[in-house]
Amino acid sequence: MIKCKTSKAISGMGHSMKRKEDARFLQGKGNYVDDIKLPGMLHMDIVRSPYAYAKIKSIDTSAALAIPGVIAVVTGKDLEQYNLHWMPTLMSDTQMVLPTDTVMYQAQEVAAVIATDRYTARDGKEAVVVEYEPMKPLMNAKKALDADAPVLRTDKEGKTDNHIWHWEAGDKEATEKVFNEAEVVVSQDMYIPRIHVVSIETCGCVADYSKVNNHLTMYMTTQAPHAIRTVIALVAGHVGLTEEKIRVISPDIGGGFGGKVPVYPGYVIAIAVSFLTGAPIKWIEDRTENLQADSFARDYHINVEMAGTKEGKILATRFKVLADHGYTDASANPSKFPTGLFSIGTGSYNYNTAYMEADAVYTNKPPGGVAYRCSFRVTEAVHAIERITDRFAFEVGIDPADLRMQNFIKKEDFPWKSPTGWEYDSGDYHAGLKLAMKTVDYWKLREEQKEKKAQGKLMGIGISTFTEIVGAGPSKDFDILGIKMFDSAEIRVHPTGKAIARFGTKSQGQGHETTYAQIIAEELGIPAENIQIEEGDTDTAPYGLGTYASRSTPTAGAAAAMAARKLRAKAKKIAAYLLEVSEDDLEWEPGKFFVKGAPEKVKTIQEIVFASYTNHPQGMEAGFEATHYYDPPNLTFPSGAYICVVDIDPETIEIKVRRFVAIDDCGNIINPMIVQGQVHGGLTQGIAPAMYEELIYDDAGNILNGTLMDYLVPTAIESPSWETGHTVTPSPHHPIGAKGVGESPTVGAPPAIANAIVDALSHLGVRHLDIPITPYKVWKVLQELKG
Amino acid sequence: MAREITVTVNGTPHTLEVENRLLLVHLIREKINLTGTHIGCDTSNCGACTILLNGKSVKSCTILAVQANGKEIQTVEGLAAPGEMHPLQEGFKENHGLHCGFCTPGMLMRSVELLEDNPNPTEEEIRWGISGNLCRCTGYNNIVKAIQWASAKMRGEETPSTEPEFVS
Repeated sequence: MIKCKTSKAISGMGHSMKRKEDARFLQGKGNYVDDIKLPGMLHMDIVRSPYAYAKIKSIDTSAALAIPGVIAVVTGKDLEQYNLHWMPTLMSDTQMVLPTDTVMYQAQEVAAVIATDRYTARDGKEAVVVEYEPMKPLMNAKKALDADAPVLRTDKEGKTDNHIWHWEAGDKEATEKVFNEAEVVVSQDMYIPRIHVVSIETCGCVADYSKVNNHLTMYMTTQAPHAIRTVIALVAGHVGLTEEKIRVISPDIGGGFGGKVPVYPGYVIAIAVSFLTGAPIKWIEDRTENLQADSFARDYHINVEMAGTKEGKILATRFKVLADHGYTDASANPSKFPTGLFSIGTGSYNYNTAYMEADAVYTNKPPGGVAYRCSFRVTEAVHAIERITDRFAFEVGIDPADLRMQNFIKKEDFPWKSPTGWEYDSGDYHAGLKLAMKTVDYWKLREEQKEKKAQGKLMGIGISTFTEIVGAGPSKDFDILGIKMFDSAEIRVHPTGKAIARFGTKSQGQGHETTYAQIIAEELGIPAENIQIEEGDTDTAPYGLGTYASRSTPTAGAAAAMAARKLRAKAKKIAAYLLEVSEDDLEWEPGKFFVKGAPEKVKTIQEIVFASYTNHPQGMEAGFEATHYYDPPNLTFPSGAYICVVDIDPETIEIKVRRFVAIDDCGNIINPMIVQGQVHGGLTQGIAPAMYEELIYDDAGNILNGTLMDYLVPTAIESPSWETGHTVTPSPHHPIGAKGVGESPTVGAPPAIANAIVDALSHLGVRHLDIPITPYKVWKVLQELKG
Repeated sequence: MAREITVTVNGTPHTLEVENRLLLVHLIREKINLTGTHIGCDTSNCGACTILLNGKSVKSCTILAVQANGKEIQTVEGLAAPGEMHPLQEGFKENHGLHCGFCTPGMLMRSVELLEDNPNPTEEEIRWGISGNLCRCTGYNNIVKAIQWASAKMRGEETPSTEPEFVS
């Protein structure tokens, strides 16, 4: 279905090239952080708080230090001497590295034990005695702004409440006017729960400081090695660790999904201890620590409203958000966007009026608000708009597919200015939904549903037609801690025509070693097989902001194409010189320049590259290298049409996903096999929060499901056999017309599933269910409705 | 407390002194230095540490090294000679059955036993068969496909197409 411009031997864009990185992973030769072993390496384990909110009265380390093999125990007081006990978050808030007097959430780091091996470190951790004075924690975000709520951030001078920030988008007055005059208004409260990425590899590092060279090599699980290097320099510059003395290496990463963007206290403690001792320090958190203390995602309380006509025309939407950030705002949004890109929530529909506001509060939960395969709050926004669209369709008595078709922005209306100010680059929403409906045989399913209903059986069909927003981002608006969100590529072609290319991004399973090679192969005609890709070493790769929020293809992928085009321009000059013709007389086809009308007068890219080292034109720079820092002119706007069919057992309330069809439009496709793999994985991380996953806390601040025994990550049994397809609407502003795909399915799937389940129960009076929609939740609602 | 044990790992015998409490996964990773076997949880849920112990797939984080005394261990490094591939490894590569690669060794070792017990499993049987192993990246579709492909190859039958299928 995809036309390729290059042969399979070159394997440029559109080829389902098998992955170049697979061999090492399949043969047990990947190199993850915990695989790194350095001479003299010590191990670190972390003592954590059993309380969500407590004063630390004392920390007794004597028993721990008496254990043979325990080298040191580090507390907040120790770090305070070097002013390293607090650190900035990526949102310019502050976070404790280790506390000096108060703990703010359960599982917070309290002290670190350094020992000769990991078992002894764990023994030491068990032997540290901490005396606490527990306080009543603030666990309910809705009560955070009450007058009698405890003020949590007393460390901030003059802070008298738990409010973090207020944010608005759209036109408040115009929206009020439309709502006041509208024939139909629907409103829905919803909660998008706290969830966790659970990459199968947890977080960890080996901090290796050399006192001799005053140089730190930091091997760590990070999706953004360059940004981390800069952050380390900002935090530790005052003790002499300036940026040129820091090398961050992000080796193979066992899944990230956003959870490996933040700087966790463990990394900083490891650096501090290595700095003080001169020994390499390994810190690898266990799964329970990872699940309980590392950045969560979501935790948004949303009220969403839609106004429209009785005929089903959408006129306006209004969103009100309460964001629970835990005890610090440690999310990783671009500076100007505290709610990330939530303002995409006006959706795929043609109307001009919207207003959104959000307030963020502190609670005694772990910090974060980062990501779960969607970094910038698009999932929350899409869930709200797609749920309320279904509610509106139900209210006006129009089939949800028809209502969407009726309200979609038309293909010819792009670029389209959204009511919150985005310029959608391209899309064909009608084609996507049409294909999804044809694939499931939508109207036949509606017939079947009628019959089933008559027999007392429960069956539902749910649709989600979402617009994504990725590729952050244009430098005029997008930065993290002031660093603009461009990304980079550097290509070096060796004399024999084989290449190495390096990037500022970092794959965590996305297959960059293959797809970036394919982009360069497309542009230069050098076989992708002969192009080696490297990422994740700040000493060798050009600066970039890393891989998250589906930004790699839109930014670094574009940089690859642009750098390759610089090289092609140089190749043309060399070819003209070698063939003794003018550049205007040359024509390009993948892998060679030839003289127009005389195809036998030809120079292959390999011959041209060789000449650049052996016989380059006088006055031209020798060699064949190029670098490009790509600053995208706009974001990209992938879209999708998903349909989910569920059957619910009326007796047991078992919810079975019978079919799930996902039609994605991510623009031009670099590698269909890899894109499909991304969609499969993203859909599974869509069904997970829709039906299974939620981090639950009690009023005392205890996490109730903080291990993988009771936090339900879908297995192959829970995951349906996904059916996927594409429409292709290239991005007009992206050099290769690509848009990014990784997070789309995670964004689009939950509302399709929720809409399907509500659809199966709507005749019983169900209008909405918060995710995760578990059998128990459904059973309870049905009991209540029965009275 | 320590004692001497002998284990045969991928055909090579190793005699070492280990602490009684040492987990088998740490023996493999840190004493024998085979880091292909991974650790993904602390509750025996994820299966990233799956190996074969006397031919049976087990989660090596849930077994003490001393319990493996006198036994045969096979890890992902022993599936094929370096640079060569077992049909399952080939199946995973051909069918894009891995992304980040972290769960992959455990998934492969589990699948070895699965196909030994049932050389021609249905999709349903494969899904149940790997349900003790978590993958956060692939969504399992292509892992199922990879195992089906390997099963055909190991039975000497024609392998199914590895081109991705799309609705159109």
